[in-house]
Amino acid sequence: MNIQKPVSSIYGNWKEKFSSQWASVLEALKNQFPEAIEEVLLPESHPVDIPTFFVSKAGSLAVLRELKEVHGFSFLTDYTASDEGGQKRFHLIIHLMNLSSKARIRMKIQLSEQETFPTLIPLWEGANWAEREIFDMFGIRFDGHPDLRRILMDVRWEGHPLRKDYPLRGYQVFLTPEPIDPELFK
Amino acid sequence: MNHENSRNFKVDAPLDIARWGFPATYDVTLKKDSDDIFEDSKVLVNIGPTHPAMHGAFRCMARLNGEVIEKSVSEFGYTHRAKEKLGENRTYHQFVVYTDRLNYCSALANNVAYAMSVERLMGIEVPERAIWIRMMCAELARVIDHLICVGINAVDLGAFSYFLYGYHQRERAYTLIEKLCGARLTTSYTRIGGLMGDAPEGWEREVKEWVKETRDVIDEMDRLLTENRIWLKRTKGVAIFNKEDCLKYSYTGPNARAAGLDIDLRRDQPCMFYDRVEFDVPVAQTGDVFDRYYVRLEEIRQSLNILTQCADRIKKGPIWSEDKRTRIPEKERVYNTMEGLIHHFKFFMTGFDVPTGEAYTPFEAANGELGFYIISKGGPSAHRMRIRSPSFWHYQGLDPMIQGEYIADLVAALGSINVIAGELDR
Repeated sequence: MNIQKPVSSIYGNWKEKFSSQWASVLEALKNQFPEAIEEVLLPESHPVDIPTFFVSKAGSLAVLRELKEVHGFSFLTDYTASDEGGQKRFHLIIHLMNLSSKARIRMKIQLSEQETFPTLIPLWEGANWAEREIFDMFGIRFDGHPDLRRILMDVRWEGHPLRKDYPLRGYQVFLTPEPIDPELFK
Repeated sequence: MNHENSRNFKVDAPLDIARWGFPATYDVTLKKDSDDIFEDSKVLVNIGPTHPAMHGAFRCMARLNGEVIEKSVSEFGYTHRAKEKLGENRTYHQFVVYTDRLNYCSALANNVAYAMSVERLMGIEVPERAIWIRMMCAELARVIDHLICVGINAVDLGAFSYFLYGYHQRERAYTLIEKLCGARLTTSYTRIGGLMGDAPEGWEREVKEWVKETRDVIDEMDRLLTENRIWLKRTKGVAIFNKEDCLKYSYTGPNARAAGLDIDLRRDQPCMFYDRVEFDVPVAQTGDVFDRYYVRLEEIRQSLNILTQCADRIKKGPIWSEDKRTRIPEKERVYNTMEGLIHHFKFFMTGFDVPTGEAYTPFEAANGELGFYIISKGGPSAHRMRIRSPSFWHYQGLDPMIQGEYIADLVAALGSINVIAGELDR
């Protein structure tokens, strides 16, 4: 994102509208969770459109709960991940929206390849399928998830397609259909 | 009272909608047949993936108690085409065609949302005429999408002629789109930094004529179905998804507004020129099938209003931004000069570089918040291209929505949340 160039008003003027709210929320979070907040990227100084902050895995649920219940960021807009390579390979990316001011905020959690992450279903039930998709596409496992199956790919699929080392060509052919596990209906 | 079954029923009288007023109270406790001889007989029913009532390749496995759904498990992914992976391995320009295949009922809106997200990442300003055309495209797509949704929903419940009224107007809208870009369904109309081509001479006037006719047709459709007794019985109080559920499952768009969750990004976070046009945001309270239907019908009217305002304000002018990075070379230059030809090949084969950064750009598409989250690490293709599709979150709410409903209401519920397989599976 070209931060030197002012972003045109046709994209909504987020920086002008929300920068004071973003600053106060981040200040409060930094004071309350000094260990959990690892790094904060602001739109004024970094090429991001909304404040993006990295949170440690241990403090992330507390930070999310605080954001949801105190600061009003109660709408889980998006929950996804990305494969960044290196020691902390995966970034979990959570987009939240404040329903009264419509301000948005982005939170990231760095995970190494074998690490698991606690499920967000107690906070937002809609995180269920998003976590299944992250598991399907990246192979990140979620502790306490009730139904961590593949969601877009076949249940017999091998590999996790959105990892950067996944081959771009190749076949996995299944000649028989896979019935839904009857255990789900118990 | 102007009752539809009385001899004195006036067809042309204004509708007394207050009779079915939005904060409605009705009894929804009766969900079980009292004389059901098969009570407590549990049976597993598999609906889909190729079932005419499932609107695409969805599968719903339901455990029934009599006719009542006790538990259901939804499956999808039959049309998964790895769009997010393609976004990481294609140039930004090449990805435009893939956005058509997201929500194929409103391909233009996806094109607009995608172009806007890359432009925002690059800091490109699009000229005024292109923005007005894009807004018209988005609203045209919204009208088509809503017409399909309410029409098919009615077909599923037995009201076939209703669908044909809407289908005729939809067909004419597709002709307008064909005049704009040569394609009817998979439009690929926007380019990063501009549009494929200018709107033809007099296109705005044709849109205005179409709007005028469609307005009458919508009123006619409203009179035809909204107060129909069978329709009301099949939709009122069926598959209720209230505001709390909507918040839990991140519902957006008309489905959220039908439950009283008053968010519309066109009004709340206006992008493009949505702050310069006037429109209302219809909001209902209950969140049943009827509310989702009626909110959509009202939104068509508002979209038609926006279309007229856009058509009035659109002026002649350039449709490409000043920024030369994303400009597709003129054909005149390509065919007549060597430099032009090289530029052409470089543009389409290597693409243009997008500066490092990340941006999440939401857009109020027909179904709800369509967001493109792009992480760029420089270079001509994205590092991560996330598509936040509204249908993914809407379909997730189907299982809790239909729990305790009749199996026949599954069809009504699925039609009313307007899940599109292309957008759901990506």
